[in-house]
Amino acid sequence: MNNKNNISLSRLRAYWPRARLLSFLLLAAWFLATFLTVFFARELADIEIFGWPVSFYMAAQGLALLYLSLIGLYVLYMRRLDRGLRKEAKDGN
Amino acid sequence: MAIKAFSRRLAIYYGWYTFGFIIFLIALAILEKEGMPRLWIGYMFLFSTIVLYAGIGVICRTSDMSEYYVAGRRVPPVFNGMATAADWISAASFISLAGGMYLLGFDGLAYILGWTGGYCLVAILIAPYLNKFGQYTVSDFLAARYTGPYDSKVVRMLAVAATVLVSFTYVVAQIYGVGLITSRFAGVDFSVGIFLGLASILVCSFLGGMRAITWTQIAQYIIMLIAYMIPVVWLSAKHTDIPIPQIAYGTVLAKLGEREKELNRDPREQQVRTIFLQRAAEYDARLKALPRSWEEGRIEMQRHVEKLRHSNASLIEIRAAARELSLYPHDPEEAQRKWTEARTYNLIRAEPVVAHKTPFPGKDKASSDNKRNNFLALAFCLMLGTAALPHVLVRFYTTPSVPATRSAVFWTLLFIMLIYLTVPALAVLVKYDIYTSLVGSEFSRLPSWVSYWANIDKTNPLVRINDLNKDGIVQLAEIALDGDIVVLATPEIAGLPYVISALIAAGGLAAALSTADGLLLTISNALSHDIYYKTVDPAASTQKRVTISKLLLIVVALIAAYAASLKPGNILSVVGASFSLAASTLFPALVLGVFWKRANQQGAIAAMLAGFGVCVCYMMLTAPTLGGSALNQWFGIAPISAGVFGVPAGLLALVVVSLLTPAPSKYSNALVDHIRTP
Repeated sequence: MNNKNNISLSRLRAYWPRARLLSFLLLAAWFLATFLTVFFARELADIEIFGWPVSFYMAAQGLALLYLSLIGLYVLYMRRLDRGLRKEAKDGN
Repeated sequence: MAIKAFSRRLAIYYGWYTFGFIIFLIALAILEKEGMPRLWIGYMFLFSTIVLYAGIGVICRTSDMSEYYVAGRRVPPVFNGMATAADWISAASFISLAGGMYLLGFDGLAYILGWTGGYCLVAILIAPYLNKFGQYTVSDFLAARYTGPYDSKVVRMLAVAATVLVSFTYVVAQIYGVGLITSRFAGVDFSVGIFLGLASILVCSFLGGMRAITWTQIAQYIIMLIAYMIPVVWLSAKHTDIPIPQIAYGTVLAKLGEREKELNRDPREQQVRTIFLQRAAEYDARLKALPRSWEEGRIEMQRHVEKLRHSNASLIEIRAAARELSLYPHDPEEAQRKWTEARTYNLIRAEPVVAHKTPFPGKDKASSDNKRNNFLALAFCLMLGTAALPHVLVRFYTTPSVPATRSAVFWTLLFIMLIYLTVPALAVLVKYDIYTSLVGSEFSRLPSWVSYWANIDKTNPLVRINDLNKDGIVQLAEIALDGDIVVLATPEIAGLPYVISALIAAGGLAAALSTADGLLLTISNALSHDIYYKTVDPAASTQKRVTISKLLLIVVALIAAYAASLKPGNILSVVGASFSLAASTLFPALVLGVFWKRANQQGAIAAMLAGFGVCVCYMMLTAPTLGGSALNQWFGIAPISAGVFGVPAGLLALVVVSLLTPAPSKYSNALVDHIRTP
C-alpha cells in the first residue's frame, strides 16, 4: 500500500499538470463559447445559416452539442492519459 | 469482463421492457378505438406504471449497505447515464419547460443552456474525483477533505444542512407535480394523487434504496423518452414533412416569424390590444384616485346588487354580482395592490407579438441589455447549481471506476439532450400550430381540447379564450395560455388519440417520481449516514444504519407530502432558487477541495457560510415573495440568479481565509493526491 502510494506521487507529478491543463482548456472553451454567444446574441441574430438564425440555433442546440463534445473530448483524452500513467507505473515497478 | 456481461444482460432486459411497453401502448390504442372510455385509459396508464415501478422495487429489495446507499457501485456508464438523466429531468422540465419556451421565446433558452452546460462542470471538476473518493454522500467528501482545528462535524453539518434544504424544496415541488398530474388525468383528488404517488415512491426506495431507484429510473427514462417524442415527431411531420423535429423546426421558425409580423399588422389584433390598453387606463385612473375610488366602487357595486335583487333579476345574475362584490378589495391597501396587478396584467396583454427568435426584446437598449445580463446570470447559476446538487452528485458514487464515471457523465448529458433539444422544437411547433390554426378560427368551432383544458382546473384555468371585440373570430391577443398546456395538450393539438395524452401524463409522472425518488434517498441518507452514524452513534452496525435510513425515508416523505398538499405557492417559486443556493454553498468548497491543496477547513467553513449568506440575503432583499423589493437589485439581476454573487463570495472567502490560516495537514494533502489519481 505504502509502496504504491510512493509511486503514485511521482506518477502524479507528471500526470496531474496535464490533467489540470486539459480541464482548464476545456472549461475555457465552455465559458467563452457560452459567454460570447449570449453576449453577442443580438448581433448574431441577423445572420442566418441553413435558415437558422445563428444565435437561436446556438442557444437551442449548438451550445448543448458543444458541451457534449467537450465532455467527449475529456473522456477520450483522459483515457489516454490514464493509459500512459499505468504504463509508467509498470516501468516504475 | 464481468461488467460487459452485466451490461449486455441489462440491455436485453430493458430491450424487452421497451418492446413490452410499446405493445401495451398499441393494445390500449386498439382498445380506445373499440370504445373504451377515456377515464379508464388514464387509470390503466397511471396504475400500471406505478405498479411497474413498485414491482422493480420489490425485485431489487435489499438491506445490504453498499447496495442500499450506492447500488453496489457496479452500474455500467450507459445505464448510470440513463438513470441520472431520469433523476435530473424533473416534473418541471418535462411539463413546464416547453411552456416556458413558448411564452418567453429566445429568453427561455437560458434553461436549456444552464441545464446542459452544468454537466461540463460535473464531468471535469467533480464527478471523477467523488467516485475515486468512494464513500456515500457529498458531505462525506467535504468532511474528509477539510479536517483541521475544528471538529470535522462542523463541515459535515454545514454540508448536510445545505443538502437537506436544497433537496427538500425540490422534492416538495416534485410531489406537488405528482398531485397535479394525477388529478388532471385520472380525475382523483389532488391530495389522494399525492399519496398515491408517494406510495409508489416509498415501495421503490424504501425496499431497495439506490439499487431499486437506479433500475426504476432507467425504466422511467424510457417511458419519458417515448412519451415526449411521439407527439413532437407527429407535429413535425405534419408541418414540415420531416419527422425529426430537432432538424426540421428551422423552417417552421422562419414561417412563424412571417406569421408573427402578419399578426402584428392585423387591425383586429390591434383592436383587441386597444381594449386591454383601455382597461389598463381605467385601473390607472382608479389607482390615482385612491382611496376615494375604492369607496365609490364599493358603494356602486353594493347598489348594483341591491338593484338586481329588487328588479327580479335571475338568481344566477344576483349570485354573480354578489360573488364579484365579495372579491372586491377589502380596504384601500388591498385595492392598491390588486389594481396595480390588474394594470400590469392588462398592459402585458396589450403588448404586440414579440418575435420568437429575437434575443432579449426590449423597449430600449438598456432594458434589452438588462435582459441579456439576466440571461447570462441565470444560465451560469443553473450550470453551477447543477454541479452542486447533491442528488445528482451521489449518482457518481454508483459507477465502478473513474473512467466509467467520466463516460457516465457523457451518457447522462446525451440522454438529457435527447429530450432537451426537443423542447425548443416542441415550443416552436405548437406555437406555429396555434398561431395558424387556432387564431382566425371561429368561436363556435373551437377545437375540443380548448374546452377540455379550460374546464380541468377551474380556479386557475390552463387556457382562456374570450371574444373581447365580439367579432366571433379568435384573435391571438384574446388567448391566455398557461405554459403547462403546451406539453399537456400537444397530442390533441397534433390530432393524436387520447392514448398519447395518457402517455404524456405517464411520462410526466415518471419524471416527477424518478426525481422525487432520488431526492428522498439523498435526504434520508444525509440524515441517517451523516447525522446518525457519523455524529450520534458511530458504533452502529450496518444493518442498523440501513434500517434507520429506511425509517427516516418514510418520515421525510410524509413531511414532504404534507408540505406539498398545502399547495405552497412560495415553495414552488423557491425551487428555481435552489440552484443558486446549492451553487453558492457547495460549489466553491467542492471544486477547490480537489483543485487547490492549500484550501483548508477554516476556508471551507467560511466559504459555505459566506456563499449561503450572500445568496440568501440577496434573495431576501430583492424577491417580492420574501418581503424584498426589486429596487434593491444589484446590476438589475433577478433574485433567482443570486448565485452569481453567492459563488464569487464563497470562492473569495475560501481563498482569503485559507491563506490567512495555517496550511492543511499532511492527511488532507495525501487525500487530494489519492483522489487525483484515477
